[in-house]
Amino acid sequence: MAAAVLFDAPGPRTVARHRVYTLVAAVLLLLAVAYVAFRFYDAGQFAYALWEPFVTPSIVQAIGQAWLDTLMMAVLSVLGALVFGVVFGVAKLSEHSPVRWVAWLVVEFFRAVPVIMLMVFCFYGVFNDFSIERGAYWSVVLSLTVYNGAVLAEVFRAGVNALPRGQAEAAYAIGLRKTQVMNLVLLPQAVKIMIPAIISQCVVALKDTSLILIVFPIGLTKILKQLPLSFNNIVPTTLVIAGLYVITNLVLTWLATRAQRRFVGEKEMLQVSAVGEHAPGATTPV
Amino acid sequence: MSAVLDSLADVFKAFGYTLLLFLVSAVFSLIGGTLLVAMRVGPVAVLSKLAALYVTLVRNTPLLAVFFFFSFAGPILGLNFKWVAVHVGTFDFTSFFSTAVVAMTVYTSAFVCEALRSGVNAVPLGQAEAARAIGLPFAGVMRQVVLPQALRASVPPVASTMIAMLKNTSVAAVFGLIEAAAQMKILTNNNADQRWGIFLAFAVGYIVLVELVSLLAGSFERRWRIA
Repeated sequence: MAAAVLFDAPGPRTVARHRVYTLVAAVLLLLAVAYVAFRFYDAGQFAYALWEPFVTPSIVQAIGQAWLDTLMMAVLSVLGALVFGVVFGVAKLSEHSPVRWVAWLVVEFFRAVPVIMLMVFCFYGVFNDFSIERGAYWSVVLSLTVYNGAVLAEVFRAGVNALPRGQAEAAYAIGLRKTQVMNLVLLPQAVKIMIPAIISQCVVALKDTSLILIVFPIGLTKILKQLPLSFNNIVPTTLVIAGLYVITNLVLTWLATRAQRRFVGEKEMLQVSAVGEHAPGATTPV
Repeated sequence: MSAVLDSLADVFKAFGYTLLLFLVSAVFSLIGGTLLVAMRVGPVAVLSKLAALYVTLVRNTPLLAVFFFFSFAGPILGLNFKWVAVHVGTFDFTSFFSTAVVAMTVYTSAFVCEALRSGVNAVPLGQAEAARAIGLPFAGVMRQVVLPQALRASVPPVASTMIAMLKNTSVAAVFGLIEAAAQMKILTNNNADQRWGIFLAFAVGYIVLVELVSLLAGSFERRWRIA
């Protein structure tokens, strides 16, 4: 696409020049890879003992459990965020200005505050009566619920606004009431076009679960923090855990793309601008 | 609230670190993102694939993992920033700060690349075709027709990326930089009875910064808008 805007179809001389560039770039790339590999080798990071934990059944099981915990936190918080998002999204569309104002304030507040601050506050201020581990768990769930909920409220509002005006007008014309118009006509359609955006938000939630490390490591961050203590293998552990996040997120992104094709068709994925995440154009929120 | 007022100097210094980390990382990640997008939309397939791979990998990695790599794994591989020791006034820019800048840059560049690319994609194909048809050379097509439109179209997504990065600077709190989020954690720890006041005070601080950036972005957008 972009290439079509930027360049004319190349002629024979340009093709030859590009071939030279490709060769040079490939050689430089190989050199860079070789250099990185050498640094790993030089630091002794290819030693089997450092990687052995990742093929040791008991540790693999622990990592799997941690991965499930992390996934569970993300799923719980996205479910919570969905409820939060629909409630505040509807409130932002309300006809009563005080309701709209309160919803606007809540949504903007949680979108502008860093998640890590929400987590610190939840851990020390909300769940301080829980045991440390449970407190950390629910801090993640609550912080990500309100943060992603605020983002989804915007997505939801944009989803309803993206529907053709005729939908609401026709619903009013056949005598439905305000709640019925929302519940029977607008909401189902808006949720359908929101599904891909919701799945993309799962990626954000999954990445953000790691931030709880600031107060107490749980889920995959626990492995990240504790495994190197026993095996002195911080480099392999970091790479493996980061790889787990990447793979999980790629699967989620693939699901989002499929859902987009299935539910929405060829149109652009629903995007929300203004504060932070979901820039128009950027396909995944930051 | 009194805890915040009592240590107001520390609080402002912490927000100073947040702002400085944001500004330095913003400059580097805008440069990095521009280089990446040049590779991404350029004609050399290897570089384009490489940039795409980088963006996919980085976008799906938690920022915390990137920080973790540069803070703890990097030094083992001989990649450390201990040589950074700049002191300006009461601010110390040591390896904590430079590691944070590197991690933020590595991470945010990928998002800047995508934001800029969406700007390039927003230029209708006919614009470039018309420019070529009236005989403009490649440089002319770029400088006078494509890039001005692409840059305008990418202001809002880049601004969103920058706002997200401002909030992401708080991750540096986990890795030893006493910026706003870390200062908030310290105050919360020491003043268990004033958690709400402390939280709200720091939240207001972040909201002010976020609003400043988005106002700035809005004014750029208005200034560069055509007609």
